Formats: sequence, structure tokens, C-alpha cells
Amino acid sequence: MAVSTDAARRSTREGRRTGDSEGARRLASTFAGYFILIFFALVFLYPFVIQIANSFKTEPDAAANPLSPIPDPVTLNAYEKVFLNTDLPLWLGNSLLVTIIITVGRVFLDSLAGYALARLRFPGRGALFSAIVAVIAVPGVVLFIPKFLVLNQLGLYNSYTALILPVIADAAGVFIMKQFFESIPVSVEEAARIDGAGVFRTFWSVVLPMARPALLTLTIISFQGTWNEFAHTLVAVQSPELFTLPRGLADLVSGSLGKGNQYPLKLGAAVLATIPVAVIFVVFQRYFVRGANEGAEKG
Amino acid sequence: MADMTAPAGGPVPEARRPRRSAAAREGIAGWLFVAPVVVILGLFMLLPILMALWVSLTEWNGQGSPFRAGVPFVGLDNYTRLFTEEGLARQDFMTSIRNNFYFVLIVVPAQTVLALGLAVIVNSRLLKGRTFFRVAFFFPSVTSSVAISVVFLFIFANSGAVSRLLELVGINGPQWFSDPRGTLHLLLGALGLVDPDAPPAALTGGGPFGLSWWEWLSGPSVAMVTIIVLVVWTTSGTFMLMFLAALQDIPVTLEEASRLDGAGRRQTFRYVTLPLLKPTLFLVLTLGTIATWQVFDQVYVMSQGDPAKTTLTPAYLSYKTAFRNFDYGPGTAISFVLFVIIVVLALVQRWVLRDRDAVPRPGRRARKGKA
Repeated sequence: MAVSTDAARRSTREGRRTGDSEGARRLASTFAGYFILIFFALVFLYPFVIQIANSFKTEPDAAANPLSPIPDPVTLNAYEKVFLNTDLPLWLGNSLLVTIIITVGRVFLDSLAGYALARLRFPGRGALFSAIVAVIAVPGVVLFIPKFLVLNQLGLYNSYTALILPVIADAAGVFIMKQFFESIPVSVEEAARIDGAGVFRTFWSVVLPMARPALLTLTIISFQGTWNEFAHTLVAVQSPELFTLPRGLADLVSGSLGKGNQYPLKLGAAVLATIPVAVIFVVFQRYFVRGANEGAEKG
Repeated sequence: MADMTAPAGGPVPEARRPRRSAAAREGIAGWLFVAPVVVILGLFMLLPILMALWVSLTEWNGQGSPFRAGVPFVGLDNYTRLFTEEGLARQDFMTSIRNNFYFVLIVVPAQTVLALGLAVIVNSRLLKGRTFFRVAFFFPSVTSSVAISVVFLFIFANSGAVSRLLELVGINGPQWFSDPRGTLHLLLGALGLVDPDAPPAALTGGGPFGLSWWEWLSGPSVAMVTIIVLVVWTTSGTFMLMFLAALQDIPVTLEEASRLDGAGRRQTFRYVTLPLLKPTLFLVLTLGTIATWQVFDQVYVMSQGDPAKTTLTPAYLSYKTAFRNFDYGPGTAISFVLFVIIVVLALVQRWVLRDRDAVPRPGRRARKGKA
């Protein structure tokens, strides 16, 4: 609110200086603009305030004052229970392991393929690229049961391999990397090739270092996507020892602890699931923005 | 790996031969580079679809391999049961289609309008703190759908945050998650057109695909409204960024010129800005439609299709049929029908988009007129 009154005062001054109706109109629209922005900032952020605040409340307090941003009294009870009475530490470990392997795998494999599609001439390149674009267009939800069928047939169902292997390369990432490699000048690589470097060495030590911004974008959207992935875990694993955090959280809410409310505990677990992506988001905000807009170009 | 693809020949004397084999080597390198991605996408995208097409023609129950002899082959039965045969399968499927249709009908326009409105305001040059607001609006889009669903379970709980807010303005909110009443029914009732407790016999008597007209005309249930609110809230930020990128591509001079020519702010937006945003607008509508027909995570966490099947969606129904009831054939058939629905809608929208693109863009004319 401080921001808005401040700006309003400034606009008022401007308005007086020009002293006409244009100034007054501008003041009114600036004020309305801030009002709308602040209202929606509250709408978009207050649920997170509620989430965090209630995870530090006692159960009666959360039930009685769900809207209050201040826990009274503050208690770590929910987090103690989450760590001691649930398998959350295990899920956290699984999520970290799976997310890191998939992110590293995707960044490496997607850039290899993206580079080949952008720069290397090989038979079938055009057809392969069309196939990749077609794969991007397949709605993921349709692949639930099909993916399970393959994992089951290959004897991989309910293993870490099932969590990781099917998603360790993704068509959208290949597309992003191909677009990027096409945008950098070819002359540097040619110089390296003339100096006698092989295709892989040129790619590894000349091209990849130039691709740092694209690699970072891909790393971040892969990390975010994999950390939050839920549906794939449903068709890949069923043993609680293999649950990732979203899967464990869904399980926690829908059953194993009974239908009792226990909201502080559930919200605390949700906070823990949100933190890693939130931190990365705040630090690498502009790469997220780039990722979203690359998604737009892709479509 | 570096050695493998390093050129083997000496420099000058063999200048002719390496040139020919360099092309071959590049070809091999190319295929080696794409091989991992090709294998993974082939194994986990293409092959699964082919296997699933077969399973959708059988009554495989999950025991053993679906390809061994003895798995009952039923032809197109799993598909026809969804459309033409009286029974629970069709009733559930058509209910899920109805639910998802209302979901799309409300979510897509709502998130598009909200995203565009926020983008226009955030893009305004007069305001400070635009980065903060951009980040604030986008943040829900990057968080875990499961975690957010948990938060909304709490927010919409009986006597939870939303109920308290409604109490402040004197409204006695419903018990969101256990309320299967259709909002269109409630609206018609409130307008005094029909009595929801005793709907007219003309509507309850019959209707297409095993649901009565009255059931088709339910609107989203009160419980579904919570998922609608959640999804609009989560996805608007992403689409706002797309609109924002498009808005920033519009030259400032263009809008200023139109203002100088005497157009009001609203006219400038209507006749200059909006036409230039058309490609982005269509993209957002297409992506929104594709995504909303696939709503799953939120249903799984928040409602599991309840109450009274009013939050059942085709994606969730297909999952439930296969993995809870072990009817893999019917479950797979549902996902292929959903696939067809999404592809057809995407193609229709694409056709509309292409049509519009062929029309000369007003922006270009305006620019020429100015010069």
C-alpha cells in the first residue's frame, strides 16, 4: 500500500503541474492500476502466506483462525511430525535423486540431439525433426496407461529405472536446444573442425560453452518440471519406498494418515515440496520467464 | 568418445578421400548424437501408443503379458460401450465429458482474460514495481500442482479461509468439497425458472448418450468450482508472460501514433493492440484448451472424482478404470477417445488461426499509413 500512495502523491504533483484534466485522468488510472495490481498480488500470494503460517500453528488454532497470517502460538509440531512420523525424509531423498539424474540426463541428451539436428548433416534428419515436433504435440495424459504397459512388459515397473528412464530425454528440450544452436554463428565450429577437432570434441569444448544461457534455461525448466512431476510416478511405481515428494504428499492427503484433518502437518509437507522450486525461481527468475516464452514460440 | 569421432586421416596427402568420408563420418556422428533421444522417445512414446492400441481392443486384466494367447480380444467393444451401449461405462464416461466440458468452458476464457488484463496493466509504463508484480503473478505457475492442491483443500475446507471471507460479506458459503449441486441448476433455480428439487419432466425424461437433458445442463458442480478457481489461479501467470512478451514487441510509437490521431485509450487497445496480439491470443486459447482437457493432478488430490462423480474427468476416469478397477482395455479406450478430442480441437483452432493469419494485419497497414 505504501508504494501506491507514494506513487499517487507523485502523480498528484505531476497533475498539478500540468493542471489539466489529462493529469487528473492519468492520476485516476495510475491509482486504479495499482489497486488492481495489489489486489491480484494478494490473490496470487496470500494462499502461500496461509500455507506457511498454518504449518506453524497448532491444529485448533489452524481450524479456528485459518485466515490469520500469525500463528498463536508458534509451534514446530507439524514439522517434527512430518519428519518423525511420515516417510517424508525418504521421499525427499528420492525426489532429489530422481530430479538430479533426470535433469543432468535431459540437458546432456537434449543438447546432443539438438546440436545434431541443427548442425550435422545426416540422412533422415528432416523426418526425425518432424517426428520430434509431433511428439511434443502428444498430450501427456494419453500416455499414462501406455507407459505403464511398456514398463510392465520390460519388467521395469516399480523401480528407480521406471521413474527415470522414460523421462530422461524430452522432445521439447531437444527443440529448444536446436533453436538455440541454429542461432549461434557457425564460423567458430568451422575453425575448430579445421584445427582437426572431431565432431564430439567440437560440440563438447567449443559449442557447449557458448550455449550456457540455453543450458541454464533447460536445466531450470527440467528441474522444475521433474521436481513437480506427479502423474508419471503413478504409472511407474507403487511401493512407498520409491515415492517421490509429490507422490508421497498426495498419498499423505488422500489416505494413509486417515481422513482426520491434520492440516498443519499436510501444509508443512506442502511447504517442503514447494521450497526448492521457490528458491530456484527467485534466484533464476529471468530464466523461468525465458522458458515460458520459449514454450510460446514452440507452440 | 572424442577419439571415436576425431578425424583419422593425415592432413594434406589424402585431401580427396577425407572429404568424401567426412560426410559419411558426419552422418554417423549425427545418428550417434540423436540415438539416445530416438531410443527413449521410441521406447516410451511410440511403442507405448502401439501397445495401448492393442490393449484397448482386449479385456486384459493386468495379469501377465497382454500379448500372450488367451487374452480375450473384444474388437471395438471397449469403444462402442462408451457411446452406444446403455450402462455404467457410458454413464460414467459421458458424465466425465460433461464435467470436463464445463471446466474448459469456464477456465479457458477466465484465464485468458485475466492473463491479458494483468499483462496490459503490468506493461503500463507509468507504474513502478512491474518486476515484482510479474514475479508475483507467475509464481503459482511454477509450484507443484500437488502441493498447491493441498493448500486449496485447506483454503476451501468447511469453515476454512474462503468460508470466513464469505462470512465477512454476509454469505453463508457451501460445503465446497461435498456439494454435488450443479451451478447452472442453482442459477436457474435462483432465477425462478425451474425448481432444482423438482426439475420439469421434459428435461428429465430423456437426452443423448444416456444422460438426461437436465443432467447435461447441470453446469460445473459446486465442488468443481474449487478446481476451476485453482487452475485459473495457477495458469494465468504463464499466459500473462506470453501476452507480456507479445505486448513488448509492439512498438511504442504505434500506440502513441494512434493516440495522437485522436483515438482514446480503449479504441487504441481495441483497434491497434488487440489485432497485433491475435497470434498470441490464439496460442493461449489453444494451449489452454489442450491443457484443460487433461486436468488430472488436481482431481486426484482434491476430489478423486467425488462428490457424486461431479468432478470426474476423462483423464481421471481412464486412470481409475485401469489402475483401480484393473479394466485396462476400457481405460485405454477412454484415453484414446480423449486423445482424439484433444487433437480435433487443436486442429480446429489451428485452422481458425491460419485463416486469420492470411488476412493482412491491420498493424502493417497502420504502420504504412503513418509513414
